Amino acid sequence: SSNNNNTARFDAARRVAIFGGTHGNEMSGVTLVNLWMQNSAEIQRKGLEIKPFITNPKAVEKCVRYVDTDLNRAFTQENLSATGGDELPYEVQRAQEINRMFGPKGSAEAYDVIFDLHNTTSNMGCTLILESSKDAFNLQMMNYIKKAFAPASCLVLLNEHPLLKYSTSRSVAKHPVGMEVGPQPQGVLRSNIFEAMRVILKHALDFISLFNEGMEFPPCTVEVFRVLERMDYPRDANGNIIAMVHPNLQDCDWEPLNPGDPMFQTFDGKTIHYQGSSTVYPTFINEAAYYEKQQAFVTTRRETLAASAIRKA
Amino acid sequence: MERTSVPPIHNVAICGGTHGNELTGVYIVREMQKQKMEKAGSVSVTTVETNPRAVAAGRRYTEMDLNRCFTDVLLSSPITESTLYEVRRAQELNAQLGPKGSAEAVDLLIDLHNTTSNMGLCLILRPNRNAILSVIHKILYFKNNLSSVPVRAIQLDIPSSKAYSLESVGKHGFAIEVGPQPNGVLRADIFNVVKEALDLTLQWLQKFSSGHSFEGGTVEAYTFVKSVDYPRDSAGKATAVIHQNLQDNDFKLLRSGDPIFQTFSGDILKYEGEDLYPFFVNECAYYEKKIAFHLAQRKTYSFPPISVKND
Repeated sequence: SSNNNNTARFDAARRVAIFGGTHGNEMSGVTLVNLWMQNSAEIQRKGLEIKPFITNPKAVEKCVRYVDTDLNRAFTQENLSATGGDELPYEVQRAQEINRMFGPKGSAEAYDVIFDLHNTTSNMGCTLILESSKDAFNLQMMNYIKKAFAPASCLVLLNEHPLLKYSTSRSVAKHPVGMEVGPQPQGVLRSNIFEAMRVILKHALDFISLFNEGMEFPPCTVEVFRVLERMDYPRDANGNIIAMVHPNLQDCDWEPLNPGDPMFQTFDGKTIHYQGSSTVYPTFINEAAYYEKQQAFVTTRRETLAASAIRKA
Repeated sequence: MERTSVPPIHNVAICGGTHGNELTGVYIVREMQKQKMEKAGSVSVTTVETNPRAVAAGRRYTEMDLNRCFTDVLLSSPITESTLYEVRRAQELNAQLGPKGSAEAVDLLIDLHNTTSNMGLCLILRPNRNAILSVIHKILYFKNNLSSVPVRAIQLDIPSSKAYSLESVGKHGFAIEVGPQPNGVLRADIFNVVKEALDLTLQWLQKFSSGHSFEGGTVEAYTFVKSVDYPRDSAGKATAVIHQNLQDNDFKLLRSGDPIFQTFSGDILKYEGEDLYPFFVNECAYYEKKIAFHLAQRKTYSFPPISVKND
């Protein structure tokens, strides 16, 4: 793509993938992708190749997050170039296969867009996950989705943090888009969550269709929540948690957490307060899968990003 | 109603982690062990983490659902090298807290569970005259003292020999089932409610043991009638999701014509049958047991005042 005056030009997005089952127990994506693999009528758009794909079939079959290692952390350069074939952990083998099919990551042959469908036990509602604040195409898409979905809420989480950013399945594409909808327990399919995901994906595909047909999207601003810090549970010397997310914080994703606010509650009833120096916006509060990743919640700050106008090259 | 006397309760076992991903019980038991909760007045208290391997793995079970291993048949089956872990573990627990059906069994066994269904706090028990009386009295006690969550009783009509769950090992027993909570998640509000319920139970037991007389009253209990599975295709895959009108509406009366499922192609499937109360609506662990929800009748029971029978 190249800048022409103030309008960024991108090639038409011809190859799009929809990933489900990156975590085998996050049921909305698994169900939607299985449905569309049987009957793709709902996701078809003219001039666009859309591939629904189950990324971690063994985990889906066992209804677990992963078999050997988290697939959504596995797409590091080290893993993608590792030798060892069958000896490699299952998800590393899968990452290499997915990189062959939809990448290679970073190359001109990579898929244009990948939507990766996820659920969370956190009360995050509909969330779009952005990996780069400089991707005008993705910013414009997210702006379009938010407006189309309104008055229902669809927020944008930006994870560009040099240490906390991780190598996702979708990162093999030129424009990776995470879709995270909750709260939903692992292994459970809720109709409201399922329908919401279906609708935001429809808006996303509509955007791509319009873009490919030559529509110009004028400059816009997008409110995002930028990941700042990972907050772990307080633990004892053996690594066991000694407190729980406080009832005042539980389910309050995206609401301000001020210095001095209750944050954790110990098992014998004491409150531990947030000691940060300024107000933050917590999210991924009490996500089941993150206990083992030492994360009770992440803090974010609100930012407004500007995106240039975009148009098909 | 005439006052009834009920045999004393000298010891109680509180169990958690029977399903390793139902976290409230795991952390309640650990906290009680840390606080060295061994006595409540004259009542002795034992706490047990029943399925430590499943807890360590963050799974409901490792080879077989532990809470289906307590039938007389499984408890007496010979142990060989190929015996499943949970069958072995059930026999160990039976030796520690039972044996089931004997005079040595613990007087009262309380097993702590969570569900992904919106069930509030339920006491699940098999009908047994004395158990009913004392448990129902506890329920009345909870209802009067636990304001933050609905409290209900569920009865499963199963004879002792066929009873498959852990609490059947005690002379009396019940499960405390609290939801909604996702597997692998520990919610502070639910932890606090269960801790309060156990504190109330131990308080009640102390009062009972010291001769206190409890007033009678009435309580509603739900009796299991049948389960309903998801509609499935010829390959056995579910073709629908619980309808939004039923989702989260456990214990709200279901009538013929009410929507229960929505197929993936958008059709609405309706309930046909007698008016009944759904529960365990969209419980994660029941997908593999082919259960979308259970249905129950509701009855009101009257109970007499009770006090302990002197030995």
